[in-house]
Amino acid sequence: MSERRIRVLVAKPGLDGHDRGAKTVASVLRDHGMEVVYTGLHKTPAMIAEIAMQEDVDVVGLSILSGAHMELFPRVRKELVERGLDHVLMVGGGIIPGDDMQVLEEDGFAKLFGPGTNTDSIAEYIQTEISKRWAAEEAQA
Amino acid sequence: MTETKPISIPEGRQAWEAALEGGKLRDSEFTSLSGSTLEVVYGPEDAPGDPAKDLGWPGQFPFTRGVHPSMYRGRLWTMRQFAGFGTARETNERFKFLLDHGQTGLSVAFDFPTLMGRDGDDEMCRGEVGQVGVAISSLADMEQLFDGIPMNEVSTSMTINGPAPILLAFYIACAERRGLDPAVLQGTVQNDILKEYQAQHAWLVPPEPALRMITDVMEYCSEHVPKWNTISISGYHIREAGSTAAQELAFTLANGLEYVRRGIERGMDVDSFAPRLSFFFDSHLDFFEEIAKFRAARRIWARKMREEFGAKDPRSWKLRFHTQTAGVSLTAQQPENNIVRTAYEAMAAVLGGTQSLHTNSMDETLSLPTEKAVKIALRTQQIIAEETEVVHVADPLGGSYYVEALTDKMERDAQAYFDEIERRGGVVPSIDSGYFQKEIHDSALSYQRAVENGSKKVVGVNCYSEGEESLEIELHRIRPEVEAEAFKGLASLRADRNATRATAALDEIRTACNSKANLLQAFITAAHADCTLGEISQVLRDEFGDYIEPKIL
Repeated sequence: MSERRIRVLVAKPGLDGHDRGAKTVASVLRDHGMEVVYTGLHKTPAMIAEIAMQEDVDVVGLSILSGAHMELFPRVRKELVERGLDHVLMVGGGIIPGDDMQVLEEDGFAKLFGPGTNTDSIAEYIQTEISKRWAAEEAQA
Repeated sequence: MTETKPISIPEGRQAWEAALEGGKLRDSEFTSLSGSTLEVVYGPEDAPGDPAKDLGWPGQFPFTRGVHPSMYRGRLWTMRQFAGFGTARETNERFKFLLDHGQTGLSVAFDFPTLMGRDGDDEMCRGEVGQVGVAISSLADMEQLFDGIPMNEVSTSMTINGPAPILLAFYIACAERRGLDPAVLQGTVQNDILKEYQAQHAWLVPPEPALRMITDVMEYCSEHVPKWNTISISGYHIREAGSTAAQELAFTLANGLEYVRRGIERGMDVDSFAPRLSFFFDSHLDFFEEIAKFRAARRIWARKMREEFGAKDPRSWKLRFHTQTAGVSLTAQQPENNIVRTAYEAMAAVLGGTQSLHTNSMDETLSLPTEKAVKIALRTQQIIAEETEVVHVADPLGGSYYVEALTDKMERDAQAYFDEIERRGGVVPSIDSGYFQKEIHDSALSYQRAVENGSKKVVGVNCYSEGEESLEIELHRIRPEVEAEAFKGLASLRADRNATRATAALDEIRTACNSKANLLQAFITAAHADCTLGEISQVLRDEFGDYIEPKIL
C-alpha cells in the first residue's frame, strides 16, 4: 500500500510580488515528502480557492508581505468555505503583526508563521495536524 | 645596534603555513555570506593585478577607487530615506519631516496598486491601498504629494518600474503645472523592468514592449529632462530575493548592458544617454564582500562602456550608485539589534563609495517604520558622516590584499555569468526560460538551509535567542479610511475632468502603442488631461498583453 501524501497549495494572494518565502517553504515541504502546488503570483482569493478545489489539497498556505493580510486572508477562507472546503488546514505567513495573527487564528486559520520561523518546524506542524485529522477520519470510518 | 633582517615573503609564508598546521580552529565553515571559501589571510600573490590598469586613482578610469577625485571631501553622499504610505497628504507630511531633520533628497515608496499600474478603486486592490507605500493614481495625487516642496531644488527618486513612464509623466506634468521647465528637474526613476521579471515581480506588460517604453524614456529625457536619471539599474531586489553578492552584481550589470544595447539599437549615441544611467545595490552584512562588490561594479561597467560600447564621454564610464542596507538581514526577533546590523551595512556602503544611501529602520520586519525608528536610521548615517572620520579618505581599503582579491574574484564571477547569459541567448530569453529566477531561488534555499543547520548564524534567531518574546516596540499602522478616501478622490477626479479631452488622450496612447511615437510624450499629455494611472495602464495591457511568469517551481 502506498503511503498517503499530504497535498499542499502554497498561494500568493493579491498584488504582492515578494515570493522568496513562499517558494522557499514550497521547496522545503516537498523535501518533506509532500505534494506541493505553487500558484504563482497575483492571484485573487477566488482563483486560489478554485485551484485548491481542483487539486484536492489538504492544506492551503498563504503568504503576504504587503500588509493586505487582514483583507485577503479572510477572503480566501470565505471562498474555500463557499466551495465546501472548510476541512482544509489553513496556515499563513509573512509580515504579520502579532495582534493580527491572533485575530486570524480565531477566524479559521490554524497557525500563522512570522519572519525567522524555522521551515522544518512548518513542515512538522503540518504533518502533525494532518496526521491528527486523518486519524480522526479513520476512527469515524 | 643590530638590525634584524626580515625573512622574505615566500619564506615567511612557508613558516606561517607550518605554524598553522598544528593549530586548533573553531568549528566553523569560514565562508563568505555568499558561501565562498575564504583564506586565513591574504597576501601579495592573492592580488596580483596591475594597479595602473585595475585601480587607478579616484575619479580615474576604471574608477575602482571611486567616481570622484575628492570623494566625500567634495560632497557627502545623499542621505535618502525611502518613504511612502497611506495618502499623498500623509506622505507629503513625512517628506517634510525628513527634510526638516536634515535629509537631503526624497525617495518615494508607492503602494502595490500603483506599482502594478492600478487605480485605488480597482477590484484587484482591496486591502492594498496605501499599505506598503503611497497611492498615486493621477496628476492630482502627485500635486498633493509635492505640495509645498520645491521641485526645482530637491532631487526625487521614485521606485516604480512597470508603470514608471506614467508616474514620471505625472511628475513632469506636475512641474509644468507649476510653471517649471522640466529641464530643471533632478532625480531618478527606477524604471528597471528587467529585474522585475527576475526578482521583484511588479510588471505591467511583457518584456519587449516594456523595453520599448524604457527606451522612449531615455530618448525623451536626454532631450527635455537632461538632469534626470532615467533608469536606476537595481541589484537590490535581486539580492533581497535571495541571490549571492556575485549574482546581484552580474545580473544587474547584465541588465544595464541590455538597456545600453537597446538605446544604441534605437539609433541613439551611447554618450547621449549613458551618463544618465545609475545603479542601485544592496549592502548586506558581509562587510568586505560588499565593499569588493561595489568596487568591482565600477571597474566592470567602466571597461564595458569604454571598450565594448565605445563610449567616449567619461561620464558614460562612471557607475554611480544608490545603496540600501539589506532588509533581509533584519530580524523580527530582538528588533533593536537591527540598528547594529544596519550600521555595519551602511559603513560598507560608504567605504565602497556610494553616492546615496537609505538605511533601514529596526522595525521593518514587523511593519512600516515609525518616525522614531526612521530617525535612528537617518542618525546612523549622520554618525558615520560626522563622527567616525572615515569620510576623509577615498577608497580607504584600496590595496588591502583581501579586498583586492575579493574585487578581482567578483569581476571574474560576473564575467562567467555574462558568458552564461550570452550562451542562453541574452537577458530576455534567460528571463523567459526562468534562468535568473531559478538561480536566485536556489541561492535563497541554500542560504535558508545554512541558517537552519546552523552553519550560518543569525543572532536572536538560531543563536542567543530568548525564546518567545513579547514585542515592545510601537507599530506603524495604516489608517483604515485610506481606501475610502482613494475611492472618493478618484470619483471626483473623473466627474470633474473634461471627459472628451481624457478620452482623446487615451486614444492618442493607443495609437502611439502601434507606431514609433514616443509614449512618454503621450503619457504627459494624458496626465494633463487627468487620465488616471489605471486607465493609461489598461490601454497598455490591451495593446501589449499581460505578462505570464514562467513556472520554475
